[in-house]
Amino acid sequence: MERVTTDETLDAERIEKWRTERLSKDYERIPPRREQFTTLSGIPVDDVYTPEDVKDVDPARDIGLPGEYPFTRGPHASMYRGRPWTIRQVAGFGQAEDTNGRYKFLLAHGETGLSTDFDLPTLLGHDSDHPEFGREVGKIGVAVDTVVDAHVLFDGIPLEEVSTSLTINASAAVALAMYLIVGDERGIPGSKLTGTTQNDILKEYTAQNEFIFPPLQASQLVVDTMEYGAEVMPRFNPLNACGYHIRDAGATAVEEVGLTLAAALCYLELAKERGIEPDKLAPRVSFFWNVHNNFLEEIAKLRAARRLWARLTRERLGCTDPRSWLMRAHCQTSGVSLTAQQPLNNVARTAIQALAAVLGGTQSLHTNSLDEAFAIPSEEAIKVAVRTQQIILHETGAADVVDPFGGSYYVESLTCKIEEEARDLIHRIDEMGGMIAAIENGYANQLIADSAWEQQLALESNDRITVGVNDFVDDDTSLAGIELFKLDPGVGERQRKRLAEVKSSREERRVADALRALEVAAHDLHRNRMPFIEEAVRARATVGEICNVLRSVWGEYQPSTVF
Amino acid sequence: MSNAGTQAIKVVVAKPGLDGHDRGAKVVARALRDAGMEVVYTGIYQTPESILRAVLQEDAAVLGLSSLSGAHMEYATELCQLLRDNGREDLLFLVGGTIPEDDAATLKEAGVDEVFGPGTRTEEIVEYIRTRVGAATQTAS
Repeated sequence: MERVTTDETLDAERIEKWRTERLSKDYERIPPRREQFTTLSGIPVDDVYTPEDVKDVDPARDIGLPGEYPFTRGPHASMYRGRPWTIRQVAGFGQAEDTNGRYKFLLAHGETGLSTDFDLPTLLGHDSDHPEFGREVGKIGVAVDTVVDAHVLFDGIPLEEVSTSLTINASAAVALAMYLIVGDERGIPGSKLTGTTQNDILKEYTAQNEFIFPPLQASQLVVDTMEYGAEVMPRFNPLNACGYHIRDAGATAVEEVGLTLAAALCYLELAKERGIEPDKLAPRVSFFWNVHNNFLEEIAKLRAARRLWARLTRERLGCTDPRSWLMRAHCQTSGVSLTAQQPLNNVARTAIQALAAVLGGTQSLHTNSLDEAFAIPSEEAIKVAVRTQQIILHETGAADVVDPFGGSYYVESLTCKIEEEARDLIHRIDEMGGMIAAIENGYANQLIADSAWEQQLALESNDRITVGVNDFVDDDTSLAGIELFKLDPGVGERQRKRLAEVKSSREERRVADALRALEVAAHDLHRNRMPFIEEAVRARATVGEICNVLRSVWGEYQPSTVF
Repeated sequence: MSNAGTQAIKVVVAKPGLDGHDRGAKVVARALRDAGMEVVYTGIYQTPESILRAVLQEDAAVLGLSSLSGAHMEYATELCQLLRDNGREDLLFLVGGTIPEDDAATLKEAGVDEVFGPGTRTEEIVEYIRTRVGAATQTAS
């Protein structure tokens, strides 16, 4: 049988003709649903994409092959046909044994990596017996005062086999030392430990708001952990540069990529000023992205971020080690997209977001639980979240082919757009003097606040529909039978008791000596503080004691009141 | 008629404790400002005492407390007590954030005027404040 052919070529003229003669006829009959379609981030979306939209894309230069520069199609060649992404659910509440129990529950249900949520006092460098903040012990994460708690937290977990993400920033240096020492005291060498500390302090000032010290000193501490990690824990990623919180705070996809890469560049450039070559640290920089509601935008974002990072490390930082160009990333579905209204709908949202993360090529994934708009997830809810990932992996076929959206006119065009605009944002930040300057002058905070406001206006004017919130609203506001997780109110008291026991049994002289040595080291910003923090942690000094030493030298950063 | 219409309603928006989730607080602060109110945002990491100080210093008519860290019961009830101790029961005290329904009921018994949960339209908060503060001013005059 002869294939029917056409004489016409698919050029700009032909496409224009289609628009005026064919598409417009459809619209005469049925007008478009909206005057202007845009992505969630406000990027205009055309009716259809054609070869015209990707005519500037050079497949060899811009798309390439998986596992090869510029890594648009993925950091590894075989992607999930070999090793699936890591199912990594962040968990933490109560005391260390409570969270340890949750870890074991998750591992028993097919989780393949751990992630720790610490409570607010730990994150902010306060002990559980702090007179004001003691009431927040164990509430939104696990309470860890000393390495004794860290031992309980990882009890029975094979740290040489399972990677762990320590979701902590301002006091991340202490957590990193704790992890190393738990391994060491159990006979597992640092060279066998894998995982990450989140440790991206710069996004704390703009988005997540868990900071202690001023940005420069805090960033130098991040450099300390990167340099130390490269030496004593070479398979561990001390820095996990985060877009997640920036996005959840209201930023667009472009701002998420731009601000995150600007922060990652900042640490590597500070290191360079200290005489540490980027190629020594960049291979162990990992990333963490938010996967939001607009399915194709999120896929394009992950591809764009990988390509831009490859280009920045190679062209700007002069990295020559191919491992430095690689963006390896963890993704989490969007917490802020969850609704308290009709919470069962969150299962659908999360599944679609998780699918975007997989199609965008993530290395590790957290799926939110349907009840997270209310509380820490219940076991039942978190199991559905884990199962969602298993369904994507085993039932949908999405993991069986590498970068299936590669070559899509729309996704390639959107990938270019996000890369280009994120690059422009990084350029604007450079002109201000870099990411620290863009925090101190309020620029980054205002940028995110403005975007959050735009999204609120779109929601309130019904320009954007959130199902169950501003349309398809139910009168029934019950929780659809969901049993919310309830924290044992005795956690704080028990944790303070344990802390008192640790304090009474440790060698006070050794603690005092270690803290004094750290204080001296803190005065020289270019001197690595990690060996001193390590000794203090070994001596059973507390998170609060260690952070207080640094507070006394560096001071505290005043929160922004920009809105 | 009083001159309540010409004088901007003064609002303190506050984040107690160590909770850093301030997207909601900032969006509400902006909506109230756009609605013509005079808004002071405290920033994060405030204690009940520092929030009380801001309320007294600003002579605020409204306090909006935002909490997403599960510590709302302790902070809000302590603030109710502090406001009473300082003769500011008249203040319109609103709480927003992830507040379970049972907790909201308890907070209202303790002296919180209203609790606004996730998905609340900012115009709803604006209307509520205008009605309550406007009414109070008229009764007083």
